[in-house]
This record gives sequence, C-alpha cells and structure tokens, in this order.
Amino acid sequence: MPKHMLIPIVGAVAVLSFTAIVGGQIQPWNNPGMAQGQNQLQTGPAAAAPKKDLTGIWDAGGAGIGARGATPAPLTPWGEALGKTHKAGDGIRQSPIEDINDPLSTLGDPEGFPRNLLFELRPFQVVHTPNSVLFLYMFEKRWRVVWTDGRQLPKDPDPSWYGYSVGRWEDDTTFVVDSNGTDERTWLDNAGNPHSSEMKVEERYRRVNQNLIELTVTIDDPKAYTKPWIARNKLPLRLMPPNTDLMEMIPSASEAAAYKKVFAAPGK
Amino acid sequence: MLKRAFIAGVLAAVVLFGVSAAAHHGAASFDTTRELTLKGTVTEWIWANPHCFLKFDAKDDTGTVRNWAVEVSNPTDMTRLGWARTSFKFGDEVTVTLQPVKSGAPVGRLRNVVLPNGSTLGTGGRGGPPPPAPPAQ
Repeated sequence: MPKHMLIPIVGAVAVLSFTAIVGGQIQPWNNPGMAQGQNQLQTGPAAAAPKKDLTGIWDAGGAGIGARGATPAPLTPWGEALGKTHKAGDGIRQSPIEDINDPLSTLGDPEGFPRNLLFELRPFQVVHTPNSVLFLYMFEKRWRVVWTDGRQLPKDPDPSWYGYSVGRWEDDTTFVVDSNGTDERTWLDNAGNPHSSEMKVEERYRRVNQNLIELTVTIDDPKAYTKPWIARNKLPLRLMPPNTDLMEMIPSASEAAAYKKVFAAPGK
Repeated sequence: MLKRAFIAGVLAAVVLFGVSAAAHHGAASFDTTRELTLKGTVTEWIWANPHCFLKFDAKDDTGTVRNWAVEVSNPTDMTRLGWARTSFKFGDEVTVTLQPVKSGAPVGRLRNVVLPNGSTLGTGGRGGPPPPAPPAQ
C-alpha cells in the first residue's frame, strides 16, 4: 500500500485504539454512552423488530449532541423577532461565550421539549406501561410520559417545559407521538431557534430491527415558521446492553453560575 | 506531507465517531490561530457541567504568575476520553497546551495536558468544526 494512503489509516487507528483503551477504564456505574465511540453497541446480527415494542436503552451517539442546531424552515416575522433575542452558543446565532443567554447553560433552566431531542440527546430508556410509554433521559435525568390510552391532546393546554404527549402505533413497528403545550421560554436547539407555545411536534420511532430505531421529528409551528419542517430525519438510535448503568449528566443552576463566574466572565 | 496525512486520518476518525468536546458553545471567543504551552501548578480541578475546568498557576513572559482557567467538555464526554474526577489534585505540576481567548485574559480551552507521571490526557482532537447542521426538509 502506498505510504500516502497508509499514514491516514495509522492516524485513524491511533484514535480508535485510544478510544478502546480508555473505554476499558469506564466503571460499570458510570457508562457515558457512545457519543465518543461505538464500543457499546449490541453486537451480532440483528433480529427482526419485535411488534409494538420500543423497550430498551437507546443511544444516538455523537449525532445526538447536535451542537450546531438544526436548519429550520424560514421564520415568520414573529419568529424572526424572537430569534434575534437568542444569543446562542453555536450555530447561526453563535455569540461570544460571555454574551450567551441560553437559558439551559446560563440559568440551569430545563432543556425542555423538543430541544431534548435536538440537543444533547444522550442515551435514554423506553419503558412500556399498560397506558403509557415512558421516556427516561440520561441528560438532565428527566422523563416524559406519552399517553397511549386513547386520549386526545388537550385543546388549550397550560404551557409546560416538556409539553403534553400522546402516542399510538401506526403499524407494528412505527410509534407516533404527537405533542403540544410547550413553553416558549425554551429554545428549539443549540442554535437558539425559537418556537411558540402553539407549536405541535410529531415524533416517529420506526423500529427497523431488534437493534435499531430511526427517529424523525417534525416541527409544525405556523406562528414561528412559514411551513412545517423536519428537525431530525431518520436519526439512528442504537440499542445498548440492557444492564447499561448510565452516568448522571445534570446541568444544574449552581454549576451554570459557576461556569459564568469562573470562565465566561473572566474571558471577556 | 506525512504529518498532514496523519492528521487527516485522526480527523477522519474523530468525525466518524462524533467526538465533541465542547458541545454547548463554539469557538467565537477563542483565538483559533494561537496555541500556548505553559508549565504550571494545579490550583483547582472542577468536574462539572456544562464544562470541566482546570485552574493552574503559570508564569507569563515577564515572570508574573497568572491563574489560568481552561475548559474541556463535560464529565460525560471526558469520561469517555479517559479523564476522571480524580485526574488532578492541588499542587500537581502539569504542562498544558491551550487555545486562549481573544481578549488576552488567562482563559482558554485545553488541548492536551501532560501529567506529573509523564502521561498525556487529550481532548479527542477538538478544534475542528463540528459536524454541519442537518439540511432543512
């Protein structure tokens, strides 16, 4: 093999070897997910998808982090005005660290829904109950209840950080979640894309096989955007071993304040 | 040529495996054209979200001691890269390579650090652009 081809491969192997080595140092009680590698995937050929079942711990890896945010549909004038007030850490509204006003990273506010699907989507567990599906997220250690007992979305919900959600099986392998009632203090993503409390969100979880789900998220918010748009398009979620003991990852208010004091303000 | 090729391979692996060592903010505050390597003494190691910090005393060119604060990513990402809450203790002699902020303040983001035992902790190649945002649908 020519040397000019060999050297990049050596570089890649060096990184992957490093990942494998440090992966061995991870304790059973602090699994950080596979955002930095793929050594925690279920291995072997994937069995067929079970029917109407999302049970398990799922991880989008590095693709779940979404540092730069999504590229949305064009904003309405209302959405444009709200978006201009957002000084984001990254993406199209990236601002110097000392100017960032992200309520999540500077105030320790809840990340909120659907930002928890568009930014820092770390591993999460799905639990089925007789009348609901529970989503337990590693990031923030939050949970959502998706009602599956046939109820409808409330017509005039009180806004809440994580909204109100109902779910149904469209077929044996596709679980569809509809949500409303979100709080417009939250951002849609790490680029500071805005939303209104009138937003509706659709999540589609398609279980491709035993080890893989594809997640598609659609935003429908005519007050903020000129048309519906897809914020996650068939994002692969991979099944982690059932005994995975995830580490805690909570962005607290006091740590956000310490970050500002120690780093953001002195850096100005 | 070979060095560039090696770096290209490292970056390819980093992109492939989605390494992200500073998820919540970009590079707007940093002088991305500069890197400093400083020998110093650890004063504090803060293992916290949204980012961990290493604080250390180091002399500048005039011999004045400045207390630096350099960030890495959050405990989750750093655990994956082999770092730990116990990676540093007060008084450790370290050599830190960092990218400073533009303002000239003793603040920056850490690229790698050589520990008292001679081993090196890295940040997984952070410094390149994050993956592009997904296209609108």
